[in-house]
Amino acid sequence: MTERQWQYNFGFLDENTKRMLRRGLLKAVAIPGYQVPFGSREMPLPYGWGTGGIQLTASIIGKSDVLKVIDQGADDTTNAVNIRRFFARVTGVATTTRTADATLIQTRHRIPETALCEGQIMVFQVPEPEPLRTLEASEVETRKLHAHQEYGLMHVKLYEDIARFGHVATSYDYPVLVNGRYLASPSPIPKFDNPKLDRSPALMLFGAGREKRLYAIPPYTAVESLAFEDHPFAVQRWPHVCALCGSGDSYLDEIITDDAGHRLFVCSDSDYCQAQRTLQEGMA
Amino acid sequence: MTLMIDAQHLSKTFILHQQGGLRLPVLSDVSLAVAAGECVALTGPSGAGKSTLLKALYGNYLVQAGSIGIRHDGQWLDMVRARPDQIAEARRHTLGYVSQFLRVIPRVGALDIVAEPLLEWGWSRAQALAEAGGWLARLNIAERLWHLPPATFSGGEQQRINIARGMIAPRPILLLDEPTASLDAANRAVVIELMSEARRRGAALVGIFHDEATRDAIANRIFSVPTARLEEQAV
Amino acid sequence: MTRPILSTRGLCKDYGNGQGCFDIDFELYPGEVLGIVGESGSGKSTLLATLAGKLAADRGQVRFLDRDGMAHELTCLPEAERRRLARSEWGYVTQHARDGLRMNVSAGANISERLMALGERHYGRLRERAGDWLDKVEIGADRLDDKPSAFSGGMQQRLQIARNLVTQPRLVFMDEPTGGLDVSVQARFLDLTRRLVHDTGIAVIMVTHDLGVARLLAQRTLVMQRGRVVETGLTDQILDDPQHPYSQLLVSSILQA
Repeated sequence: MTERQWQYNFGFLDENTKRMLRRGLLKAVAIPGYQVPFGSREMPLPYGWGTGGIQLTASIIGKSDVLKVIDQGADDTTNAVNIRRFFARVTGVATTTRTADATLIQTRHRIPETALCEGQIMVFQVPEPEPLRTLEASEVETRKLHAHQEYGLMHVKLYEDIARFGHVATSYDYPVLVNGRYLASPSPIPKFDNPKLDRSPALMLFGAGREKRLYAIPPYTAVESLAFEDHPFAVQRWPHVCALCGSGDSYLDEIITDDAGHRLFVCSDSDYCQAQRTLQEGMA
Repeated sequence: MTLMIDAQHLSKTFILHQQGGLRLPVLSDVSLAVAAGECVALTGPSGAGKSTLLKALYGNYLVQAGSIGIRHDGQWLDMVRARPDQIAEARRHTLGYVSQFLRVIPRVGALDIVAEPLLEWGWSRAQALAEAGGWLARLNIAERLWHLPPATFSGGEQQRINIARGMIAPRPILLLDEPTASLDAANRAVVIELMSEARRRGAALVGIFHDEATRDAIANRIFSVPTARLEEQAV
Repeated sequence: MTRPILSTRGLCKDYGNGQGCFDIDFELYPGEVLGIVGESGSGKSTLLATLAGKLAADRGQVRFLDRDGMAHELTCLPEAERRRLARSEWGYVTQHARDGLRMNVSAGANISERLMALGERHYGRLRERAGDWLDKVEIGADRLDDKPSAFSGGMQQRLQIARNLVTQPRLVFMDEPTGGLDVSVQARFLDLTRRLVHDTGIAVIMVTHDLGVARLLAQRTLVMQRGRVVETGLTDQILDDPQHPYSQLLVSSILQA
């Protein structure tokens, strides 16, 4: 366990800011999928690197928490390593790479393959919290659309996808309807992960630092991925299995291995891949 | 004898605001009653107000004084005081009007123009078009023209389209403004026959007929529109 | 006796500088086309926007009868209710296509949007109906996947008509729908609109500065000057026997066709 740096308040943010964030989170949990504005603080890393997620994590992390940070499913990428080290320094809490051991998981672009359980909290880093933004530039108008639950516009986008590509080509940040009421962005996770949001036993929190919005999906909340009756929602499938662990049901990353264009498909979730391999070695 | 039109004490003065409020009195205390099956020919010198009276009966011109009773749907409707929607309704079902000139609607073919009043009467499209075709044939409009917009037709052809459109629906009152003006003798005879048929089915006709032959052939009564006094002419 | 679909009493929208519309009273019946004619600044577009609830009225009443025969007082209608009516009972055709269309999505998506807003979730059916409407407005179903930005001005206005009529509204507001069109293109638009209005039996309130446009489409016309209605009547009566000095001026300035 890393020694906490005493020069900083626990979790870096001051207590008043954390209180403001928690108040926002309580509202967000009370109104699943609704975007709550908050006073986003300057953080010691630039917007776009997860400042929203970091602020949420900082406001809810406690001394007994065990933190896991992933970026695109991996624990060992720059963003994940730096955020994990940051929190180790400013809180002194234990960190882990194992999904099952973590109480708090901050993520960029993935939900772990290992099923989450009650008591766990996911914190998502969100670049654009407004799913309607690319279709409607005005914040005043999008807030009205949410208020009146007018979501025909979102289907316009899906319609365009099918018209142009023959299927819904949106493959990440695939819009969802939370609790049958609010349209929300699941953050840029692949749509492969969307079904994991539906009635998950874990609490899902979403923070957008630059856009100054947070929202939540409480445990066991219905989360529906939008679709057409004749073009139902479907997740990505691969004709391959993971080249390292042989898993056939996880989300695969494509890796180019040489200049000749040889490719390798491996699990994007590094912890899951490792666990699968350990399991196989144990059986062998 | 059922009275169909009962117009009383009509007065109409045109006020031309574009010309410094120039006042042109046209009708002054004119009364006219027409019964079902009658045909009244309006006469009088040019500018006496024949056309004005006809247009007032149709609700196209507004009068300043008097009342215009029209028997519509079994009840008297005063065209002077009726709401626009009532006038529109009366025109659809009771008042037919054949003007001198066809107001062309771009791109609509002759057959459709003639069939339109029947569609408003609730006829099926097929029935209405068949009936319209019968009228065009009777009025000697060549079949190759039926689907063309009449904008390019000759004056006589346009007038015959106009007559067909104005008379095809068996309305109980027909107002006719020089219906035979630009027709040759053969077609004039057809139109006179059509008007006689309308009288026989009990329609009340009021018309302006430019030639005496037509007037004598169809009208049973002559109404001479009195000339208005030029009392208030602006200086 | 049919009841009016829309009726106003003493409607005022006052911008405070003499502009706006004042003391507007009229009734609109189902299936009727009403023209509102006047020059720029006469308050006709303000009136239209106030009727449709896009602007808040300062005084007066606007009563709307929905398809179930329920009366709604539009001047004090909650926003949610107004938007519901706007989706299901009304259409709004604007002078500039870019205000009434989504220029960056296909014609098919433009037509489908209102259907999807009303809950249609079957892509195949959406496409079929959008294609039918493109045929009806003489654009052609083969242009389903083209964006409106690739269309001519006349086609864009006809696409607006399709986008609005696809959900079978009972009342369509049109604000200078032919304002930006060439005369030759205007005729086609007007004829098409006339036919669709006739076939579908919708009521239309159409603002135009051109009495010639009113002549082709509107059975009844209001003439507006300086925010007030100076004359109202059957369109042919206003054209043939205008009473008010301003109506006479307007009629005398029509080019003879």
